[in-house]
Amino acid sequence: MSTASTLPAPAPRWWKSRVVRRFLGHRLALLGLVMISLLTLACAFGPYFLPYDSLQIDLRGRFLPPFSGDHYLGTDPLGRDIAARLLMAGRISLLVGFFAMLLATILGTLVGVIAGYGGRTVNAVLMRLVDGFLSFPTIFLLLALAVALKPSPIMITVIIALTGWMEVARIVEAEVRSLKEREFVLAGRMLGLSRAHIMFREILPNCMGPIIVAATLTVARAILLEAYISFLGFGIQPPLPSWGNMLNGAQQYLGSAPWLAIIPGLAITIAVTSFNFIGDGLRDALDVRSDSF
Amino acid sequence: MRAEIQDTSAPDVALSVRGLTVSLPKGMERAYAVQNVSFDLHRGQILCVIGESGSGKSVTANTVMGLLPKAIAVSAGTITLEGREIVGMGAEELRSLRGRVVSMIFQDPLSALNPLMTIGAQIDEAMTAHGVGTPLSRRERALELLTEVGLPDPELMYHQYPFRLSGGQRQRVMIAMALALEPTILIADEPTTALDVTTQAQILKLIRDIQRRKGMSVMFITHDFGVVAEIADSVVVMEKGHVVEAGPASKVLKTPDHPYTKRLIAAVPHLRSENRVPVATAGSEPVLKVRDLVKTYRSGSKLFRTERVVPAVREASFEVKPGCTLGVVGESGSGKSSLGRLLIKLMDTDSGEILFEGRDIAALAEADFRSLRPKIQMIFQDPFASLNPRMTIGTILTVGPMAHGMPAAKAREEAKALLKLVGLDTGAYDRYPHEFSGGQRQRIGIARALMFKPKLLVADEAVSALDVSIQAQILELLDRIQRETGVAMIFITHDLRVASQICDEIAVMQKGRIVEIGPPSQIFFAPEAEYTRELVAAIPGEDFEAKTIAPAAG
Repeated sequence: MSTASTLPAPAPRWWKSRVVRRFLGHRLALLGLVMISLLTLACAFGPYFLPYDSLQIDLRGRFLPPFSGDHYLGTDPLGRDIAARLLMAGRISLLVGFFAMLLATILGTLVGVIAGYGGRTVNAVLMRLVDGFLSFPTIFLLLALAVALKPSPIMITVIIALTGWMEVARIVEAEVRSLKEREFVLAGRMLGLSRAHIMFREILPNCMGPIIVAATLTVARAILLEAYISFLGFGIQPPLPSWGNMLNGAQQYLGSAPWLAIIPGLAITIAVTSFNFIGDGLRDALDVRSDSF
Repeated sequence: MRAEIQDTSAPDVALSVRGLTVSLPKGMERAYAVQNVSFDLHRGQILCVIGESGSGKSVTANTVMGLLPKAIAVSAGTITLEGREIVGMGAEELRSLRGRVVSMIFQDPLSALNPLMTIGAQIDEAMTAHGVGTPLSRRERALELLTEVGLPDPELMYHQYPFRLSGGQRQRVMIAMALALEPTILIADEPTTALDVTTQAQILKLIRDIQRRKGMSVMFITHDFGVVAEIADSVVVMEKGHVVEAGPASKVLKTPDHPYTKRLIAAVPHLRSENRVPVATAGSEPVLKVRDLVKTYRSGSKLFRTERVVPAVREASFEVKPGCTLGVVGESGSGKSSLGRLLIKLMDTDSGEILFEGRDIAALAEADFRSLRPKIQMIFQDPFASLNPRMTIGTILTVGPMAHGMPAAKAREEAKALLKLVGLDTGAYDRYPHEFSGGQRQRIGIARALMFKPKLLVADEAVSALDVSIQAQILELLDRIQRETGVAMIFITHDLRVASQICDEIAVMQKGRIVEIGPPSQIFFAPEAEYTRELVAAIPGEDFEAKTIAPAAG
């Protein structure tokens, strides 16, 4: 009896130990994290330190190449400072990406948990709904919706979220279905906990790993989608800048002023690959769930 | 015994391990998996290596097979296999020894067999890998082996896939594979742990027979002293990576020297010849009466004619009085776990009555039953799966009562009091489950079930996943709790020895039916049903226990 009362030495909490260490050991993920942090900080605070406003037109200084005077990244066809526009566009693009991810993750998780924990009928109905959404060609749906609705940043966010929640739902559903047979869930039922409590307080915290990974990859996808439809002219409308519509404006000057396209293109690439790296890193770090036991 | 161990060059030693030390990677709980381990496996003998989980017994076996994971390495010692030193031997040379000279059987025959290959192909593969025979001769040999391990209809077996076979049959196939190249040494790593008791008895007999017939040397890893008593010629007892005792089986079992061995042997549950002393608080009016309970699993679809009907529980009837324990024993698939889940309504009943305090709960809807839930609680089998890994012990204990309206402060107080009752420090309250050992987690599981002061506890294989010494502690704890609280208990287990420790009455289940119900004295010493007799006869180490118990009882 005395042996049982001795407590184990206080172990480090799981989030302090292996997961973090494994993530930090993943070099690309770390690189991604640093780049995204820098990009976010630059977009958030950068515009206050730049000499020009993103909407300030200077017709005498059109098509200035990068590093000309105070225009660090040059100017566009209307003589607006590209650095300022890039950072303002980054605000929009990153915010759209982030909130689209948030909405998609919440919606996907909700549907996934309910489908996974619910009975056969609930599961069948919800998962066929997911299949239905997945079978729409995303881009067409986006374009059609963008034409029908007034394309404000909020609208774009909602539209992207609506086309992106299904993957999260699928991942969560599979996870919940495997977890719901575990004994701690039976124990919850034995204690008389409500279904909602078991679903969202007992099971959901155990699915956080895959959800976080899916969410990170969803950000990348959302940024890309926003850029895509804005490039096609159905997304964020000028004069509000976004990386996508900066590309759109740049295409006719590809030969004469290539930096107009290269700079926002680079920003998109950096953001998307960084998020993908972080997602991969998180997936590897969170993968061995058994050692959180 | 000393003299034997020093005599390393004796020609009758098939395998000799000297001063073996295997180091673990940094950051593990100890620096060595095994330290300074020495023993001899004599030709034509069965050597049992026994120890609890973490004792290093499997690492020892894997080292001999050269199957250690990359992260851990032999840092000292020698292993002499049939006169050849294998520590430091090249991978290719080692591979040629494996299967031919020394061969291994694993614990889980399902994961050790390739599910996509037929039985015949897998046995064939073992021989092909060593370039033995022609396709025709290999086929003949495979059939011969399948006959040898006692599988029915070897021709048919040859073309079967593993999923078609039962656990015992799969283990027989594993043995056939291990024998394919006529090895002189067989290493068996807990080969019967995953099997039912009657199947275990058959496999033990098979290993013993084959060993005698072929004059093989067998190194048998186990945690069960009953199994040791059944087959061992000599025994090595391991604790935390050290050999604490070694010697002939009869000596180690009857007059152990080392305190750890004594403790282990004392912790082995014995079949009790007398019935349990009834708890003082035992009432007369049954708290639970079950009548003609029926549950049938259905899968597939009637429409497509793919419906499969499996009767899980058939017309089960019994009663439990307050302060009493009813044991439910049976082999896997006997429906004992289904019965437990029906009783706490984790599953719906097809027909029959469950009268709890005079009220039929079988027919109640979940919402109506919710107010009764606190009175019927369950202790689960797997202490690693039954506690939510993302919650603190405090939350795990208090979440139930708080959902039923207990104020947080009171729940907290009760939880701490119960942690003490089950033998844990109250400091456990803020810890997470992964910080505790299996036995400690099971105590937490018990505390959780007691939070409501239930009238009925259903313990589903509550000690099966635990080491034997921990098992004894938990049984003692359950007994004490029952004496203090007068709770009625239904104790589901596959281990008849455990059941005899704690039960006032035992119900034996077979294929969903209760074939016999009665006090332990009847079940174990005057069984009425044929099946009960088979089960009791299959308990490993019966003779050894009869020998050790008889003088004590008389």
